[in-house]
Amino acid sequence: MLDTLAAPHAYPGRLFVVEGIDGSGKTTQLALLAKWLVASGYRVFMTEWNSSALVKAATKTGKKKNALTPMTFSLLHATDFADRQLYKIIPPLKAGMIVLADRYAYTAFARDVARGVDREWVRDLYGFAVRPDLAVYFRVPIDVSLDRLLARRVKLKFYEAGLDMNWSTNATESFRLFQSKVLDEYDAIVAEHGLRVIDATRSITEQQRQLRELVSGALEANA
Amino acid sequence: MTNATDTGAHGGVTPGRYYGHGLPYVSIEDYPGRIIAIEGTDGVGRSTQIRLLREWLEVRGYGVIETGWTRSPLMQPTIELAKASNTLNKLTFVLLYACDFADRLEKEIIPALKAGFIVLADRYIYTALARAGVRGVDSQWMRRLYGFAIAPHLVFYLRIDAEALARRVLEAGGMAYWESGMDMKSGDDIYDSFRTYQRQLLKEYAAMAEEFGFRVLDGRKSIANIQDELRRHVGEFLEGAEGASLPRG
Repeated sequence: MLDTLAAPHAYPGRLFVVEGIDGSGKTTQLALLAKWLVASGYRVFMTEWNSSALVKAATKTGKKKNALTPMTFSLLHATDFADRQLYKIIPPLKAGMIVLADRYAYTAFARDVARGVDREWVRDLYGFAVRPDLAVYFRVPIDVSLDRLLARRVKLKFYEAGLDMNWSTNATESFRLFQSKVLDEYDAIVAEHGLRVIDATRSITEQQRQLRELVSGALEANA
Repeated sequence: MTNATDTGAHGGVTPGRYYGHGLPYVSIEDYPGRIIAIEGTDGVGRSTQIRLLREWLEVRGYGVIETGWTRSPLMQPTIELAKASNTLNKLTFVLLYACDFADRLEKEIIPALKAGFIVLADRYIYTALARAGVRGVDSQWMRRLYGFAIAPHLVFYLRIDAEALARRVLEAGGMAYWESGMDMKSGDDIYDSFRTYQRQLLKEYAAMAEEFGFRVLDGRKSIANIQDELRRHVGEFLEGAEGASLPRG
């Protein structure tokens, strides 16, 4: 069966992905990594989870009306992913560029399963995904991520806080319940798919140093 | 062809149960409703047959709802847009349709089954499997993907040959881009493309007939003739042990 996620790709480019719950700091880390790679002379292409124009309308409709079920949520994200893989991931990989992905299939494995979608089904679903050369997971306790999000005065979003699950009407409490399930799933995924873990409670500089080490290793190993 | 009293384990699965992993968060055990799916390629006359069958069922006191391919409020605008702008590849195509199906399954089909309706499905997952098969998508992956679908109680397949179909589609107004498989770029001639594409689709359907327990009806027969056949099958099914528990209004 279709399962490219299990086997190394043969493109000349490199694919590096970051994973973690909201407030883990992974986006900040990825931006700093991009600066460094560009300064080192690499050509870098960035792609972000759920950002394709194709499913934007449906996601917006669904989210506005809170009409998404765990299954349609999962399939919309998979459609987004397939579209980005076609237009944003494979072409730069073929062109020998470095693709940096803010979230990858593992996000679906963690979130969709936390919502009640079958664990094995969602893994089969993403069997068409290109296997990353390196996937880094920024592990953070829920309280730390919540503090970061609330300090930035970020209003917790409906689906990110898992409010669609009706576990709590309080956004903070719902976030805590939902994301703790997501964290449990991530822990299983780390072992299963060989994600490298960075302790996201450490300083930004410390984490970045670690991330660059991992990336250097991956660039050399694959050179 | 399966005989009408057979309860028909479709794809090795009991009708009314999930084909695969299903929706773990929605238990559908013992729901009283029934799913009757009508499959067949474009232009074979499915909608006419469904309209007539619905009329007949309602006169007999059954509650009926219809569900049709790509008709979910969530996905329809996106699918239309994507088709018009021609930016889809085979995987995104497949996933958009799966999303549409999931939305209708959870919002229309499952609630209707729970409430004891007969769900008449104008096309079902087999349309997706056939189209993806023609386009070379991994067939096992496709079957796993649709593991969240519920096996219908009856699946009718209106079979027709590509030549008869071509004449019928032309009489009804002409050949359209997608149903002619023009996205597959097998040539510029729409008639040739239509025939090649529909032949490949028919082959896919034929291969699924046994796997999913299709009841095959000859789509070249008259509308009345096909409808008689349908009513005979459905009538026998509903009066048999499996249909007996279905409440009538």
